[in-house]
Amino acid sequence: MIEGAIWRKWVFFYAPMALFLIFLLFPFYWMVITSVRPDGELYRPWNAINYNPFWTWKPTLDHVRYLFEETLFAHWLWNTMFIALVSTAISLVCGVFAGYALSRLNFPFAGSLGTGIFITYLVPQTLLFIPLAEIIRNYRLGDTPWSLILTYPTFLIPFCTWLMMGYFKAVPKELEECARIDGASRWQAMLYIVIPVAIPGILSAGIFAFTLSWNEFIYALVFLSSPEQKTVPVGVTSELIRGDVFFWGPLMAGALLGSIPVAIAYSFFVEHYVAGLTGSVKG
Amino acid sequence: MGQVVLKGINKFYDSVHAVKDVNLQIRDKEFVVFVGPSGCGKTTTLRMIAGLEAISSGDISIDGNVVNDLAPMDRDIAMVFQNYALYPHMSVYDNMAFGLKMRKFEKPEIEKRVRNAADILGIGELLKRKPRQLSGGQRQRVALGRAIVRHPRVFLFDEPLSNLDAKLRVQMRVELKKLHLRLGTTAIYVTHDQVEAMTLGDRVVVMKDGVVQQVGEPLELYNTPANKFVAGFIGSPAMNFANVKVTEANGSLLAENAGLRIKLPEEIAQRLRGHVGRDITLGVRPEDLTVAGAGDDLSFDATIEVVEQLGSEILLDMKVGDGVMVASVEPSMRVKVRDKLRLAMRPSRLHLFDAKTEAAI
Repeated sequence: MIEGAIWRKWVFFYAPMALFLIFLLFPFYWMVITSVRPDGELYRPWNAINYNPFWTWKPTLDHVRYLFEETLFAHWLWNTMFIALVSTAISLVCGVFAGYALSRLNFPFAGSLGTGIFITYLVPQTLLFIPLAEIIRNYRLGDTPWSLILTYPTFLIPFCTWLMMGYFKAVPKELEECARIDGASRWQAMLYIVIPVAIPGILSAGIFAFTLSWNEFIYALVFLSSPEQKTVPVGVTSELIRGDVFFWGPLMAGALLGSIPVAIAYSFFVEHYVAGLTGSVKG
Repeated sequence: MGQVVLKGINKFYDSVHAVKDVNLQIRDKEFVVFVGPSGCGKTTTLRMIAGLEAISSGDISIDGNVVNDLAPMDRDIAMVFQNYALYPHMSVYDNMAFGLKMRKFEKPEIEKRVRNAADILGIGELLKRKPRQLSGGQRQRVALGRAIVRHPRVFLFDEPLSNLDAKLRVQMRVELKKLHLRLGTTAIYVTHDQVEAMTLGDRVVVMKDGVVQQVGEPLELYNTPANKFVAGFIGSPAMNFANVKVTEANGSLLAENAGLRIKLPEEIAQRLRGHVGRDITLGVRPEDLTVAGAGDDLSFDATIEVVEQLGSEILLDMKVGDGVMVASVEPSMRVKVRDKLRLAMRPSRLHLFDAKTEAAI
């Protein structure tokens, strides 16, 4: 904290923080204000008399109504939710077991295998989608939710594994040893002791995985084609930008509604999630 | 019953020979303490008994059955860890009940045993709390409780008091001793603190570099250490050592170095006949040094460098020749820094070690 006179606090702490907050939050503000602004105001030229880009006196829910009545937004929302939940569940199960194995079972090459898994996470999706598209076509999964549910784990599992590895390493080895002396098998020690202790880590891995798959764009764009199969990011951008016409109101309303579930997930688990990131296990 | 026998135990980590050929018979109801500096192999030995480390060679048996290949859960032992290893997500009750639940005990029996252990340890009020809501001493008790509810054949303790502050450590030490007297279960205890070893152990095993140096009752180690390492490790303040040369003059033996010239009494001289002309190490404990009277043989001059007033005694750090020695004297003695004193060693309390092998002579 800054010591000394009050003006110092304002100059060196509050003012920079306020600037930073404005910088970060302005896009969200813009999204909200645009989504409730009537079309008449949105497309008014900048030199009109009552031009007022930052505020509206006639808020409207027309864009939201348009979204649900004229587009398949409800479908997209459902698709995104389903795909994100299932692929997160798959990745978490694999990630927790793989992370445990890599951090606790001292098999040969465990270290290099861990690094190898992390490297696969670094392969950019913009390259990986080409071979994956071939596989999806061969298995005739194109244009189904499974094309995404099965491809998202390619980046989610390495991510979850890596995060869980770090977390399991922070759980004292003695806890498990004590459980095994107490009469638990290795499997029971993991189930009753290590995993419950690692819940904050599992939650944060889950939230991250969920967010990553919720926001994923390129695989969804490539593997899905019919409008009713699309996810929110792809649906909103492909159906509401037609040629060079941007339907700003519905576009922003779609973006706003699409980010709400993620925001809820974060705020709900925020305490666990912070604990997971700082990796604190108090004995 | 709880008789533990170690026969020719070795442990290798890759090329490091961590534990070398340990042989030991631990009797039923005995409290045995493994003590030594860090890295001496004491914890590894304990973990091998627990089944947490594989044995490279040798046999460990409990009550006559070789347990080398038994899983930790099948050895009927309980272990208390240095960091307590309490399960952070469980209440105190569940922590203590976990081992019994895993072994499929009936609910009323679990309840009875946990209550009983909690009463013995005075933690009956804490059963609903989580470990993070407990103080260090309370956590220590819960860890003990978790071990005693199981009624195992052997207790294993891995430096259980190291994480407590000094005062609490002394208090818990006494309670551990009482607990052992009350339960009578065989206990194997690892510590690096020689005071804990001396006060708790029926027998003490001193280890260094993976080798057992001496096994014996506490006073046996104190009075007749097998080598220089044990002599220096057991006792506080540590034993004084002086490297001297044994010489012969007029039929009697002398021990000499730059600051010492001591005529050795007959019974000691007998033991040193074979060492004339050779170097040996002389050892004497601080409390066996006294201010010399007229007739004292084993006397020498010393200059006081530091005076440490402990209340119950005074420790004098002194320069003797080109070495240093510590003497413990009566608190009533009036001394100050740079005083010159003539001190004498108690002949019967003199320790002699071979300078090369460091074994007692």
